[in-house]
Amino acid sequence: MNALEWIAAILLIAGALFFFAGTVGMLRFPDAFSRLHALTKVDNLGLGLLVLGLALQSGSLAIALKLLLIWVLAIVAAATGAYLVANGASRRP
Amino acid sequence: MTTGLVFAIAGAQLFFLGVYSLIVHTHLLRRILALNVMGSATFLAIVGMAQRAQGAAPDPLAHALVLTGIVVAVSASALALALLRQLVAAGGGTALEEDREA
Amino acid sequence: MVNLYLVFDLLLALTLMWVGWRTLTSPDLFRGVVLFIAFGVLMTLAWVRLEAPDVAMAEAAIGAGLTGALLLDALADLRARRSHQDIEVSRLAAVSVITLALAGVLSWVMLTLPAQHASMHAPVTQPPNASGITNPVTLVLLVYRAYDTLLEMAVLLLAVIGARALHDEAPVGRAAPQYDLLAPAARVLLPAILLVAAYLLWAGATRPGGAFQAGAVLGAAGVLLRLAGLLPSPATYRRWMQMGLVSGFMVFLLVGVLVIFAGLPWLGYPATHTKALILLVETGLTLSIGMSLLSLFMSVPEQRSPSTHARASAS
Repeated sequence: MNALEWIAAILLIAGALFFFAGTVGMLRFPDAFSRLHALTKVDNLGLGLLVLGLALQSGSLAIALKLLLIWVLAIVAAATGAYLVANGASRRP
Repeated sequence: MTTGLVFAIAGAQLFFLGVYSLIVHTHLLRRILALNVMGSATFLAIVGMAQRAQGAAPDPLAHALVLTGIVVAVSASALALALLRQLVAAGGGTALEEDREA
Repeated sequence: MVNLYLVFDLLLALTLMWVGWRTLTSPDLFRGVVLFIAFGVLMTLAWVRLEAPDVAMAEAAIGAGLTGALLLDALADLRARRSHQDIEVSRLAAVSVITLALAGVLSWVMLTLPAQHASMHAPVTQPPNASGITNPVTLVLLVYRAYDTLLEMAVLLLAVIGARALHDEAPVGRAAPQYDLLAPAARVLLPAILLVAAYLLWAGATRPGGAFQAGAVLGAAGVLLRLAGLLPSPATYRRWMQMGLVSGFMVFLLVGVLVIFAGLPWLGYPATHTKALILLVETGLTLSIGMSLLSLFMSVPEQRSPSTHARASAS
Protein backbone atom coordinates (compact mmCIF):
# COMPACT_ATOMS: atom_id res chain seq x y z
CA MET A 1 0.00 0.00 0.00
CA ASN A 2 1.48 3.31 -0.96
CA ALA A 3 1.33 6.52 1.06
CA LEU A 4 -1.96 7.68 -0.47
CA GLU A 5 -3.72 4.48 0.52
CA TRP A 6 -2.34 4.70 4.05
CA ILE A 7 -3.67 8.23 4.42
CA ALA A 8 -7.04 7.17 3.00
CA ALA A 9 -7.18 4.23 5.40
CA ILE A 10 -6.43 6.47 8.39
CA LEU A 11 -9.12 8.95 7.31
CA LEU A 12 -11.66 6.15 6.88
CA ILE A 13 -10.88 4.73 10.31
CA ALA A 14 -11.11 8.18 11.87
CA GLY A 15 -14.49 8.72 10.22
CA ALA A 16 -15.69 5.36 11.51
CA LEU A 17 -14.57 6.30 15.02
CA PHE A 18 -16.62 9.49 14.82
CA PHE A 19 -19.63 7.45 13.74
CA PHE A 20 -19.09 5.09 16.64
CA ALA A 21 -18.74 7.95 19.14
CA GLY A 22 -21.85 9.64 17.77
CA THR A 23 -23.87 6.44 18.05
CA VAL A 24 -22.75 5.87 21.62
CA GLY A 25 -23.68 9.49 22.36
CA MET A 26 -27.10 9.05 20.83
CA LEU A 27 -27.75 5.96 22.90
CA ARG A 28 -26.36 7.26 26.18
CA PHE A 29 -27.19 10.96 26.35
CA PRO A 30 -30.19 11.82 28.52
CA ASP A 31 -32.27 14.15 26.36
CA ALA A 32 -33.06 15.04 22.78
CA PHE A 33 -30.81 18.09 22.56
CA SER A 34 -27.58 16.42 23.64
CA ARG A 35 -28.38 13.50 21.35
CA LEU A 36 -28.80 15.90 18.44
CA HIS A 37 -25.46 17.42 19.41
CA ALA A 38 -23.80 14.01 19.18
CA LEU A 39 -25.50 13.13 15.91
CA THR A 40 -24.55 16.32 14.09
CA LYS A 41 -20.90 15.68 14.93
CA VAL A 42 -21.32 12.40 13.12
CA ASP A 43 -22.94 13.93 10.08
CA ASN A 44 -20.49 16.76 9.61
CA LEU A 45 -17.09 15.52 10.65
CA GLY A 46 -17.55 11.76 10.47
CA LEU A 47 -19.06 11.80 7.00
CA GLY A 48 -16.53 14.43 5.91
CA LEU A 49 -13.60 12.24 6.93
CA LEU A 50 -15.16 9.22 5.22
CA VAL A 51 -15.75 11.19 2.04
CA LEU A 52 -12.19 12.51 2.10
CA GLY A 53 -10.78 9.02 2.50
CA LEU A 54 -12.97 7.64 -0.29
CA ALA A 55 -12.09 10.55 -2.56
CA LEU A 56 -8.38 9.84 -2.08
CA GLN A 57 -8.98 6.18 -2.85
CA SER A 58 -11.04 6.84 -5.94
CA GLY A 59 -8.23 8.32 -7.99
CA SER A 60 -10.63 10.32 -10.17
CA LEU A 61 -11.48 13.99 -9.84
CA ALA A 62 -15.04 13.50 -11.07
CA ILE A 63 -15.78 10.89 -8.42
CA ALA A 64 -14.12 13.02 -5.73
CA LEU A 65 -16.28 16.02 -6.63
CA LYS A 66 -19.43 13.90 -6.59
CA LEU A 67 -18.51 12.59 -3.16
CA LEU A 68 -18.01 16.16 -1.97
CA LEU A 69 -21.44 17.06 -3.30
CA ILE A 70 -22.92 14.16 -1.36
CA TRP A 71 -21.27 15.49 1.80
CA VAL A 72 -22.65 19.00 1.26
CA LEU A 73 -26.16 17.70 0.63
CA ALA A 74 -25.96 15.46 3.69
CA ILE A 75 -24.90 18.41 5.85
CA VAL A 76 -27.79 20.57 4.62
CA ALA A 77 -30.26 17.76 5.25
CA ALA A 78 -28.80 16.99 8.68
CA ALA A 79 -28.81 20.63 9.75
CA THR A 80 -32.41 21.09 8.69
CA GLY A 81 -33.42 17.88 10.37
CA ALA A 82 -31.63 18.77 13.60
CA TYR A 83 -33.32 22.17 13.70
CA LEU A 84 -36.76 20.65 13.11
CA VAL A 85 -36.26 17.93 15.74
CA ALA A 86 -34.96 20.47 18.26
CA ASN A 87 -37.95 22.70 17.61
CA GLY A 88 -40.32 19.82 18.07
CA ALA A 89 -38.57 18.71 21.23
CA SER A 90 -38.53 22.19 22.74
CA ARG A 91 -42.30 22.38 22.39
CA ARG A 92 -42.90 19.09 24.07
CA PRO A 93 -43.35 19.51 27.86
CA MET B 1 -20.96 -20.50 3.27
CA THR B 2 -21.00 -17.48 0.98
CA THR B 3 -22.37 -13.96 1.31
CA GLY B 4 -25.43 -14.88 -0.70
CA LEU B 5 -26.23 -17.85 1.48
CA VAL B 6 -25.83 -15.83 4.69
CA PHE B 7 -28.37 -13.27 3.58
CA ALA B 8 -30.71 -15.85 2.07
CA ILE B 9 -30.91 -17.70 5.38
CA ALA B 10 -31.36 -14.39 7.21
CA GLY B 11 -34.19 -13.70 4.78
CA ALA B 12 -35.78 -17.06 5.65
CA GLN B 13 -35.72 -16.23 9.37
CA LEU B 14 -37.06 -12.71 8.82
CA PHE B 15 -39.87 -14.03 6.64
CA PHE B 16 -41.18 -16.33 9.32
CA LEU B 17 -40.69 -13.64 11.93
CA GLY B 18 -43.03 -11.55 9.81
CA VAL B 19 -45.52 -14.40 9.52
CA TYR B 20 -45.48 -14.80 13.30
CA SER B 21 -46.12 -11.09 13.82
CA LEU B 22 -48.83 -11.07 11.17
CA ILE B 23 -50.76 -13.82 12.91
CA VAL B 24 -50.17 -12.94 16.54
CA HIS B 25 -50.49 -9.16 16.59
CA THR B 26 -53.89 -7.63 16.01
CA HIS B 27 -53.06 -3.94 15.53
CA LEU B 28 -53.38 -3.36 11.79
CA LEU B 29 -50.42 -1.00 11.52
CA ARG B 30 -48.26 -3.67 13.10
CA ARG B 31 -49.57 -6.13 10.54
CA ILE B 32 -48.65 -3.77 7.72
CA LEU B 33 -45.14 -3.55 9.20
CA ALA B 34 -45.02 -7.35 9.32
CA LEU B 35 -46.02 -7.58 5.64
CA ASN B 36 -43.26 -5.14 4.74
CA VAL B 37 -40.69 -7.16 6.67
CA MET B 38 -41.90 -10.31 4.91
CA GLY B 39 -41.48 -8.57 1.57
CA SER B 40 -37.95 -7.43 2.35
CA ALA B 41 -37.08 -10.92 3.57
CA THR B 42 -38.32 -12.42 0.30
CA PHE B 43 -36.16 -10.00 -1.67
CA LEU B 44 -33.13 -10.95 0.41
CA ALA B 45 -33.84 -14.62 -0.22
CA ILE B 46 -34.21 -14.14 -3.99
CA VAL B 47 -30.98 -12.21 -4.49
CA GLY B 48 -29.12 -14.19 -1.85
CA MET B 49 -29.93 -17.49 -3.51
CA ALA B 50 -28.94 -16.07 -6.90
CA GLN B 51 -25.57 -15.10 -5.41
CA ARG B 52 -24.96 -18.26 -3.43
CA ALA B 53 -22.26 -19.74 -5.66
CA GLN B 54 -18.71 -18.85 -4.66
CA GLY B 55 -17.54 -15.90 -6.74
CA ALA B 56 -20.79 -15.74 -8.72
CA ALA B 57 -21.46 -12.89 -11.12
CA PRO B 58 -24.52 -10.85 -10.04
CA ASP B 59 -27.68 -12.09 -11.75
CA PRO B 60 -29.52 -9.12 -13.30
CA LEU B 61 -32.82 -11.00 -13.49
CA ALA B 62 -32.95 -11.39 -9.72
CA HIS B 63 -32.06 -7.72 -9.27
CA ALA B 64 -34.77 -6.66 -11.71
CA LEU B 65 -37.36 -8.83 -9.94
CA VAL B 66 -36.47 -7.32 -6.57
CA LEU B 67 -36.51 -3.78 -7.98
CA THR B 68 -40.01 -4.41 -9.31
CA GLY B 69 -40.92 -5.97 -5.99
CA ILE B 70 -39.80 -2.95 -3.98
CA VAL B 71 -42.01 -0.62 -6.02
CA VAL B 72 -44.98 -2.97 -5.79
CA ALA B 73 -44.42 -3.37 -2.04
CA VAL B 74 -44.54 0.38 -1.46
CA SER B 75 -47.71 0.64 -3.58
CA ALA B 76 -49.35 -2.12 -1.57
CA SER B 77 -48.24 -0.58 1.74
CA ALA B 78 -49.53 2.83 0.74
CA LEU B 79 -52.90 1.41 -0.28
CA ALA B 80 -53.07 -0.65 2.93
CA LEU B 81 -52.30 2.45 5.02
CA ALA B 82 -54.98 4.42 3.16
CA LEU B 83 -57.48 1.64 3.89
CA LEU B 84 -56.43 1.60 7.55
CA ARG B 85 -56.89 5.36 7.89
CA GLN B 86 -60.28 5.14 6.22
CA LEU B 87 -61.27 2.36 8.63
CA VAL B 88 -60.22 4.47 11.61
CA ALA B 89 -61.91 7.58 10.23
CA ALA B 90 -65.12 5.58 9.86
CA GLY B 91 -64.90 4.62 13.51
CA GLY B 92 -63.76 1.03 13.08
CA GLY B 93 -60.80 1.06 15.47
CA THR B 94 -57.43 -0.36 14.52
CA ALA B 95 -58.14 -4.05 14.63
CA LEU B 96 -60.36 -6.25 12.53
CA GLU B 97 -63.83 -7.26 13.76
CA GLU B 98 -62.95 -10.85 14.57
CA ASP B 99 -59.85 -9.88 16.51
CA ARG B 100 -61.48 -7.36 18.79
CA GLU B 101 -63.41 -9.85 20.86
CA ALA B 102 -60.43 -12.16 21.25
CA MET C 1 -7.87 -17.70 7.78
CA VAL C 2 -11.34 -16.41 8.42
CA ASN C 3 -12.77 -14.38 5.58
CA LEU C 4 -13.31 -10.96 7.18
CA TYR C 5 -15.97 -10.04 4.63
CA LEU C 6 -17.96 -13.06 5.70
CA VAL C 7 -17.64 -12.01 9.34
CA PHE C 8 -19.03 -8.61 8.41
CA ASP C 9 -21.86 -10.28 6.48
CA LEU C 10 -22.71 -12.47 9.46
CA LEU C 11 -22.76 -9.45 11.79
CA LEU C 12 -24.92 -7.51 9.35
CA ALA C 13 -27.34 -10.41 8.93
CA LEU C 14 -27.62 -10.85 12.70
CA THR C 15 -28.21 -7.11 13.17
CA LEU C 16 -30.83 -7.22 10.44
CA MET C 17 -32.66 -10.02 12.20
CA TRP C 18 -32.43 -8.32 15.57
CA VAL C 19 -33.70 -4.98 14.26
CA GLY C 20 -36.50 -6.82 12.43
CA TRP C 21 -37.45 -8.51 15.69
CA ARG C 22 -37.48 -5.24 17.61
CA THR C 23 -39.45 -3.51 14.85
CA LEU C 24 -42.26 -5.98 15.07
CA THR C 25 -42.34 -6.55 18.81
CA SER C 26 -41.65 -3.19 20.45
CA PRO C 27 -44.72 -2.05 22.40
CA ASP C 28 -44.44 1.55 21.18
CA LEU C 29 -45.53 1.81 17.55
CA PHE C 30 -43.50 4.95 16.93
CA ARG C 31 -40.36 3.13 18.00
CA GLY C 32 -41.34 0.25 15.73
CA VAL C 33 -41.71 2.53 12.71
CA VAL C 34 -38.39 4.29 13.38
CA LEU C 35 -36.71 0.91 13.72
CA PHE C 36 -38.31 -0.09 10.42
CA ILE C 37 -36.57 2.85 8.76
CA ALA C 38 -33.30 1.70 10.31
CA PHE C 39 -34.11 -1.79 9.03
CA GLY C 40 -34.39 -0.33 5.53
CA VAL C 41 -31.00 1.35 5.82
CA LEU C 42 -29.42 -1.91 6.99
CA MET C 43 -31.06 -3.65 4.03
CA THR C 44 -29.33 -1.10 1.79
CA LEU C 45 -25.99 -2.25 3.23
CA ALA C 46 -27.01 -5.86 2.61
CA TRP C 47 -27.74 -5.07 -1.02
CA VAL C 48 -24.32 -3.50 -1.41
CA ARG C 49 -22.74 -6.67 0.00
CA LEU C 50 -24.83 -8.74 -2.44
CA GLU C 51 -23.38 -6.70 -5.35
CA ALA C 52 -26.74 -5.10 -6.17
CA PRO C 53 -26.14 -1.31 -6.27
CA ASP C 54 -29.33 -0.58 -8.22
CA VAL C 55 -31.40 -2.41 -5.65
CA ALA C 56 -29.51 -0.65 -2.85
CA MET C 57 -30.41 2.77 -4.24
CA ALA C 58 -34.05 1.80 -4.69
CA GLU C 59 -34.24 0.32 -1.18
CA ALA C 60 -32.75 3.43 0.39
CA ALA C 61 -35.08 5.81 -1.42
CA ILE C 62 -38.28 3.79 -1.55
CA GLY C 63 -38.01 1.07 1.06
CA ALA C 64 -36.49 3.08 3.88
CA GLY C 65 -37.32 6.66 2.91
CA LEU C 66 -40.73 6.73 1.35
CA THR C 67 -42.27 3.80 3.22
CA GLY C 68 -40.98 5.33 6.44
CA ALA C 69 -42.58 8.66 5.58
CA LEU C 70 -45.88 6.95 4.76
CA LEU C 71 -45.82 4.98 8.03
CA LEU C 72 -44.96 8.02 10.15
CA ASP C 73 -47.73 10.02 8.50
CA ALA C 74 -50.25 7.24 9.11
CA LEU C 75 -49.08 6.85 12.70
CA ALA C 76 -49.52 10.56 13.39
CA ASP C 77 -53.02 10.33 11.99
CA LEU C 78 -53.90 7.28 14.11
CA ARG C 79 -52.64 8.97 17.24
CA ALA C 80 -54.63 12.11 16.49
CA ARG C 81 -57.77 10.02 16.54
CA ARG C 82 -56.79 8.26 19.79
CA SER C 83 -57.63 4.91 18.35
CA HIS C 84 -54.61 2.70 18.68
CA GLN C 85 -54.98 -0.52 20.55
CA ASP C 86 -52.59 -2.47 22.66
CA ILE C 87 -50.98 -5.54 21.22
CA GLU C 88 -53.21 -8.52 21.70
CA VAL C 89 -51.41 -11.78 21.76
CA SER C 90 -53.23 -14.99 20.95
CA ARG C 91 -52.37 -18.49 19.78
CA LEU C 92 -48.80 -17.71 20.82
CA ALA C 93 -47.28 -21.12 21.44
CA ALA C 94 -48.59 -22.95 18.37
CA VAL C 95 -47.64 -20.13 16.01
CA SER C 96 -44.13 -19.84 17.46
CA VAL C 97 -43.45 -23.54 17.12
CA ILE C 98 -44.78 -23.75 13.59
CA THR C 99 -42.94 -20.68 12.30
CA LEU C 100 -39.69 -21.75 13.94
CA ALA C 101 -40.02 -25.19 12.36
CA LEU C 102 -40.77 -23.74 8.93
CA ALA C 103 -37.85 -21.33 9.21
CA GLY C 104 -35.59 -24.24 10.04
CA VAL C 105 -36.83 -26.30 7.12
CA LEU C 106 -36.35 -23.40 4.70
CA SER C 107 -32.83 -22.76 5.96
CA TRP C 108 -31.97 -26.44 5.55
CA VAL C 109 -33.32 -26.39 1.99
CA MET C 110 -31.28 -23.29 1.20
CA LEU C 111 -28.13 -24.88 2.57
CA THR C 112 -28.49 -28.16 0.73
CA LEU C 113 -29.49 -26.92 -2.72
CA PRO C 114 -26.79 -27.58 -5.31
CA ALA C 115 -24.78 -24.50 -6.24
CA GLN C 116 -25.17 -24.83 -9.99
CA HIS C 117 -28.05 -22.83 -11.36
CA ALA C 118 -28.93 -20.79 -14.41
CA SER C 119 -28.11 -17.14 -14.31
CA MET C 120 -29.03 -14.39 -16.73
CA HIS C 121 -25.70 -12.64 -16.29
CA ALA C 122 -24.05 -14.18 -19.34
CA PRO C 123 -26.97 -13.94 -21.78
CA VAL C 124 -27.45 -10.28 -20.90
CA THR C 125 -23.85 -9.07 -20.85
CA GLN C 126 -22.22 -11.25 -23.49
CA PRO C 127 -24.06 -10.52 -26.74
CA PRO C 128 -22.95 -7.17 -28.21
CA ASN C 129 -25.66 -4.60 -27.77
CA ALA C 130 -26.59 -2.15 -30.50
CA SER C 131 -28.48 -0.01 -28.04
CA GLY C 132 -25.38 1.16 -26.20
CA ILE C 133 -26.92 0.27 -22.84
CA THR C 134 -24.50 -1.68 -20.68
CA ASN C 135 -26.22 -1.74 -17.29
CA PRO C 136 -27.51 -5.32 -17.16
CA VAL C 137 -30.36 -4.53 -14.78
CA THR C 138 -31.67 -1.77 -17.05
CA LEU C 139 -31.41 -4.17 -19.99
CA VAL C 140 -33.41 -6.83 -18.17
CA LEU C 141 -36.02 -4.35 -16.96
CA LEU C 142 -36.63 -2.55 -20.22
CA VAL C 143 -35.59 -4.94 -22.98
CA TYR C 144 -35.71 -8.56 -21.93
CA ARG C 145 -38.54 -8.32 -19.36
CA ALA C 146 -40.29 -5.19 -20.62
CA TYR C 147 -43.73 -6.75 -20.17
CA ASP C 148 -43.10 -7.19 -16.43
CA THR C 149 -42.17 -3.53 -16.08
CA LEU C 150 -45.24 -2.46 -18.03
CA LEU C 151 -47.49 -4.47 -15.72
CA GLU C 152 -45.67 -3.08 -12.70
CA MET C 153 -46.57 0.42 -13.85
CA ALA C 154 -50.16 -0.73 -14.12
CA VAL C 155 -50.03 -2.03 -10.54
CA LEU C 156 -48.64 1.27 -9.30
CA LEU C 157 -51.37 3.14 -11.14
CA LEU C 158 -54.04 0.90 -9.64
CA ALA C 159 -52.69 1.53 -6.14
CA VAL C 160 -52.78 5.29 -6.73
CA ILE C 161 -56.34 5.08 -8.05
CA GLY C 162 -57.32 3.02 -5.03
CA ALA C 163 -55.73 5.40 -2.55
CA ARG C 164 -57.25 8.46 -4.21
CA ALA C 165 -60.65 6.83 -4.40
CA LEU C 166 -60.57 6.45 -0.63
CA HIS C 167 -59.41 9.92 0.21
CA ASP C 168 -59.31 13.30 -1.37
CA GLU C 169 -56.08 15.20 -1.18
CA ALA C 170 -55.93 17.30 1.94
CA PRO C 171 -55.87 21.03 1.34
CA VAL C 172 -52.37 22.35 1.06
CA GLY C 173 -51.42 24.14 4.23
CA ARG C 174 -48.41 26.08 5.27
CA ALA C 175 -46.10 24.32 7.65
CA ALA C 176 -46.62 25.34 11.26
CA PRO C 177 -44.47 28.37 12.22
CA GLN C 178 -41.98 26.42 14.31
CA TYR C 179 -41.03 24.40 11.24
CA ASP C 180 -40.30 27.50 9.18
CA LEU C 181 -36.82 26.30 8.22
CA LEU C 182 -38.32 23.60 6.05
CA ALA C 183 -39.42 25.90 3.23
CA PRO C 184 -36.07 27.66 2.68
CA ALA C 185 -34.23 24.36 2.97
CA ALA C 186 -36.58 22.78 0.44
CA ARG C 187 -36.01 25.70 -1.93
CA VAL C 188 -32.24 25.27 -1.63
CA LEU C 189 -32.34 21.51 -2.02
CA LEU C 190 -34.86 21.27 -4.87
CA PRO C 191 -32.49 22.09 -7.79
CA ALA C 192 -29.95 19.62 -6.43
CA ILE C 193 -32.62 16.92 -6.07
CA LEU C 194 -33.87 17.46 -9.63
CA LEU C 195 -30.30 17.33 -10.91
CA VAL C 196 -29.69 14.07 -9.06
CA ALA C 197 -32.88 12.58 -10.50
CA ALA C 198 -31.96 13.58 -14.05
CA TYR C 199 -28.45 12.25 -13.57
CA LEU C 200 -29.69 8.92 -12.23
CA LEU C 201 -32.02 8.58 -15.20
CA TRP C 202 -29.28 9.32 -17.71
CA ALA C 203 -26.58 7.29 -15.97
CA GLY C 204 -28.85 4.27 -15.66
CA ALA C 205 -27.85 3.23 -19.17
CA THR C 206 -24.25 2.50 -18.31
CA ARG C 207 -23.93 2.66 -14.52
CA PRO C 208 -26.13 1.64 -11.59
CA GLY C 209 -29.20 3.84 -11.69
CA GLY C 210 -32.20 4.11 -13.94
CA ALA C 211 -35.83 5.05 -14.02
CA PHE C 212 -36.89 3.61 -10.66
CA GLN C 213 -34.19 5.30 -8.64
CA ALA C 214 -34.73 8.60 -10.47
CA GLY C 215 -38.47 8.31 -9.94
CA ALA C 216 -37.99 7.66 -6.24
CA VAL C 217 -35.81 10.77 -5.92
CA LEU C 218 -38.48 12.79 -7.74
CA GLY C 219 -41.11 11.43 -5.38
CA ALA C 220 -38.94 12.43 -2.42
CA ALA C 221 -38.66 15.95 -3.85
CA GLY C 222 -42.45 16.09 -4.12
CA VAL C 223 -42.92 14.91 -0.54
CA LEU C 224 -40.41 17.50 0.67
CA LEU C 225 -42.28 20.29 -1.14
CA ARG C 226 -45.54 19.01 0.23
CA LEU C 227 -44.25 19.01 3.80
CA ALA C 228 -42.81 22.50 3.36
CA GLY C 229 -46.15 23.76 2.12
CA LEU C 230 -44.63 24.84 -1.18
CA LEU C 231 -46.90 22.92 -3.52
CA PRO C 232 -49.54 24.98 -5.33
CA SER C 233 -53.20 24.35 -4.60
CA PRO C 234 -54.55 21.04 -5.94
CA ALA C 235 -56.88 22.73 -8.43
CA THR C 236 -54.01 24.21 -10.43
CA TYR C 237 -51.94 21.09 -10.76
CA ARG C 238 -54.66 18.45 -10.97
CA ARG C 239 -54.46 18.18 -14.75
CA TRP C 240 -50.66 17.95 -14.69
CA MET C 241 -50.83 15.37 -11.93
CA GLN C 242 -53.23 13.18 -13.88
CA MET C 243 -51.08 13.38 -16.97
CA GLY C 244 -47.96 12.59 -15.02
CA LEU C 245 -49.54 9.61 -13.29
CA VAL C 246 -50.55 7.87 -16.49
CA SER C 247 -47.61 8.97 -18.62
CA GLY C 248 -45.38 6.08 -17.62
CA PHE C 249 -47.84 3.37 -18.44
CA MET C 250 -49.20 5.09 -21.56
CA VAL C 251 -45.82 5.93 -23.11
CA PHE C 252 -44.61 2.40 -22.52
CA LEU C 253 -47.80 0.92 -23.95
CA LEU C 254 -47.71 3.21 -26.99
CA VAL C 255 -44.09 2.36 -27.76
CA GLY C 256 -44.85 -1.32 -27.35
CA VAL C 257 -47.85 -1.21 -29.66
CA LEU C 258 -46.52 1.18 -32.30
CA VAL C 259 -43.49 -1.00 -33.02
CA ILE C 260 -45.92 -3.66 -34.22
CA PHE C 261 -46.66 -1.41 -37.20
CA ALA C 262 -42.95 -1.45 -37.96
CA GLY C 263 -43.09 -5.21 -38.27
CA LEU C 264 -41.49 -5.92 -34.90
CA PRO C 265 -42.90 -8.09 -32.12
CA TRP C 266 -44.92 -6.36 -29.38
CA LEU C 267 -42.61 -4.43 -27.04
CA GLY C 268 -39.68 -5.18 -29.32
CA TYR C 269 -37.29 -2.33 -30.11
CA PRO C 270 -36.09 -1.41 -33.62
CA ALA C 271 -32.38 -1.83 -34.25
CA THR C 272 -32.04 1.89 -34.89
CA HIS C 273 -33.05 4.48 -32.26
CA THR C 274 -33.06 1.80 -29.56
CA LYS C 275 -31.41 3.98 -26.96
CA ALA C 276 -33.64 6.96 -27.78
CA LEU C 277 -36.80 4.88 -27.42
CA ILE C 278 -35.62 3.30 -24.20
CA LEU C 279 -34.75 6.73 -22.82
CA LEU C 280 -38.20 8.00 -23.80
CA VAL C 281 -39.87 5.13 -22.01
CA GLU C 282 -37.63 5.61 -18.98
CA THR C 283 -38.45 9.31 -18.79
CA GLY C 284 -42.13 8.46 -18.76
CA LEU C 285 -41.50 5.87 -16.05
CA THR C 286 -39.53 8.35 -13.94
CA LEU C 287 -42.26 10.99 -14.09
CA SER C 288 -44.93 8.44 -13.37
CA ILE C 289 -43.16 6.84 -10.44
CA GLY C 290 -42.36 10.22 -8.90
CA MET C 291 -45.91 11.50 -9.15
CA SER C 292 -47.40 8.19 -8.03
CA LEU C 293 -45.27 8.16 -4.90
CA LEU C 294 -46.19 11.79 -4.18
CA SER C 295 -49.85 11.07 -4.80
CA LEU C 296 -49.77 8.07 -2.48
CA PHE C 297 -48.25 10.26 0.22
CA MET C 298 -50.80 13.02 -0.26
CA SER C 299 -53.99 10.96 -0.05
CA VAL C 300 -55.25 11.65 3.43
CA PRO C 301 -58.67 11.51 5.09
CA GLU C 302 -60.85 14.60 4.94
CA GLN C 303 -61.17 15.44 8.61
CA ARG C 304 -57.88 16.11 10.30
CA SER C 305 -57.25 17.67 13.69
CA PRO C 306 -55.05 20.59 12.68
CA SER C 307 -53.12 20.94 15.91
CA THR C 308 -51.33 17.65 15.93
CA HIS C 309 -49.73 17.63 12.53
CA ALA C 310 -47.31 20.29 11.41
CA ARG C 311 -48.06 20.28 7.74
CA ALA C 312 -51.81 19.97 7.81
CA SER C 313 -52.60 23.20 9.62
CA ALA C 314 -54.90 24.73 7.02
CA SER C 315 -54.05 28.24 6.05
